[in-house]
Amino acid sequence: MTDFFGIPLPALLGQLLLGLVNGSFYAMLSLGLAVIFGMLNIINFAHGALYMMGAFLAWMGLEYLGISYWWMLLLAPLAVGVLGILIERLLLQWLYKLDHIYGLLLTLGITLVIEGVFRSFYGVSGQQYTVPDALQGATDLGFMVLPNYRAWVVVASITVCLGVWALIEKTSLGATLRAGTENPKLVQAFGINVPRMITLTYAGGVALAAFAGVLAAPILQVSALMGSNLIIVVFAVVVIGGMGSILGSILTGLGLGLIEGLTKVFYPEASSTVVFVVMAIVLLVRPAGLFGKEK
Amino acid sequence: MTVVAKTRNPLLGYAALFIAIGLLPVLGVYPIFVMKVLCYALFACAFNLLIGFTGLLSFGHAAFLGTAAYCAGHALKVWGLPAPLGLLVGTFAAAGVGLLFGLLAIKRTGIYFSMITLALSQMLYFFFLQAPFTGGEDGLQSVPRGTFFGLDLASDITLFYVVLGIFIAAFWLIYRTVHSPFGQVLTSIRENEPRAISLGYDTDRFKLLAFVLSAGLAGLAGATKTLVLGFATLTDAVWTTSGLVILMTLVGGMGTLVGPMVGALVIISLENKIGDLGKALADMTGIDWFNGLGESVSLVTGLIFIVCVLAFRRGLVGEALALWGRFRAKA
Repeated sequence: MTDFFGIPLPALLGQLLLGLVNGSFYAMLSLGLAVIFGMLNIINFAHGALYMMGAFLAWMGLEYLGISYWWMLLLAPLAVGVLGILIERLLLQWLYKLDHIYGLLLTLGITLVIEGVFRSFYGVSGQQYTVPDALQGATDLGFMVLPNYRAWVVVASITVCLGVWALIEKTSLGATLRAGTENPKLVQAFGINVPRMITLTYAGGVALAAFAGVLAAPILQVSALMGSNLIIVVFAVVVIGGMGSILGSILTGLGLGLIEGLTKVFYPEASSTVVFVVMAIVLLVRPAGLFGKEK
Repeated sequence: MTVVAKTRNPLLGYAALFIAIGLLPVLGVYPIFVMKVLCYALFACAFNLLIGFTGLLSFGHAAFLGTAAYCAGHALKVWGLPAPLGLLVGTFAAAGVGLLFGLLAIKRTGIYFSMITLALSQMLYFFFLQAPFTGGEDGLQSVPRGTFFGLDLASDITLFYVVLGIFIAAFWLIYRTVHSPFGQVLTSIRENEPRAISLGYDTDRFKLLAFVLSAGLAGLAGATKTLVLGFATLTDAVWTTSGLVILMTLVGGMGTLVGPMVGALVIISLENKIGDLGKALADMTGIDWFNGLGESVSLVTGLIFIVCVLAFRRGLVGEALALWGRFRAKA
């Protein structure tokens, strides 16, 4: 058996894969945060709660209605997207002219309400969600045993992230969106319905969070508080990467997941804090973030 | 923002307020409850020094409350220090953490500042969770009250007047800070930072100083709370506590001196009473779900957040001052 600094290689690779899985969630959530911030100028604290909702909807779909994982992978983001439209139209749209902090505070309120509702029905203990049949088991790659579901999560998330990147950077819809981020008034003058674009951006961003939630359901315990712990780490990821670049968000998310996985192998006590330590170092060395633009 | 009637001396109003608070235990109000409210009121006033008077939204103030609560608890229980020294240890520990956090956080402005303070406080939370001296999930229990310059604090009433004295001293410090030239510079940073820079002020230094001062005062609140309640737990350091102090300040009125005190009273009372309220609603409507309302306080605090941000941004005291201003203008 090959050793790597005294750690057996399969164990190391196993932790790295787990890090990559977490990194995929960071990537998808920070991507959504960045896109929403670009259009709405709001940091969506509720992102974590909506991710939790995605996971819970997947669990509820199977538990109460017998809807399979694959259908929920489509339906949960749709449902959360519709909720996102309601949130944007009913609440967020009144804040665009105010200071950024009110957006953060309002979405914090939304988070507390959503979490409170789920807590009042399900408590704080986790619900188990079984891995779908097609993805059970593991594949022996020779140098490590690869659990099929984890591999699927990484592949699916990276595909979706790259899809979003292509949509924003390579299509005319994305060009309109980027123009709207730069100068909404001018885009409006060209006859594009900017308020509707803002609504759909928010819906799309939170649907992405719900998609991540469904992916996470079979790996992590589905619980009311799973989102708020994650969102704070994602905030640190956003500070590290800067919100200027889509690919930057994806890379930062994945990279930090890997760093976290490595820390779990070599110094487990620090694994829950390492992202914050990286954030502190980046702030000292490059305050605007790795991919951010210096002012 | 602060529309204080200039014609009369506002200090007289504050003096009346504090005398009224001092009479509460005589009137039969449970002193521990008033002390708890005073601690959170000080916490909110310290927080308000940043958001209300400097325009910085710190989302990590629980870190300072928690640091001071643990350090004061440790000093009182393990080292056996008398109460004043225990409080000082807590306050300076929190100010030290505030200096470190502040140095990092002021590198970014606006919403990033909030995210950084939140992330740093979460880091400290995980540290407290693992560190041996905090007692992990159980927290630091049965911290002795000891003596305060010869006064035996075992009596709730004695402790009450000591806590009230601490609060008045801290409030006076905040009042002086806000009305000093230093406070005026802070206000100018809140209103227009580039302008303040162009006038030659090193705004980063002012922001850092305000941050450390706010952290230290939040620490004093946390240390006093440990002295009053006799324990320090992870609840003090968790991020929802940072959210709670934001809510207190928002409900009471950001940028007013009395607002955070009112907000603390409202929110702490609500937390205490919400279980009863839920039971009453359940009896009234027959819906069993309301019985669980006490367990999901966050649902109610979240709704208050939403209402305050959408319709009520000046808070109770801010709205009252605005009404008073309109009334005076008419008269």
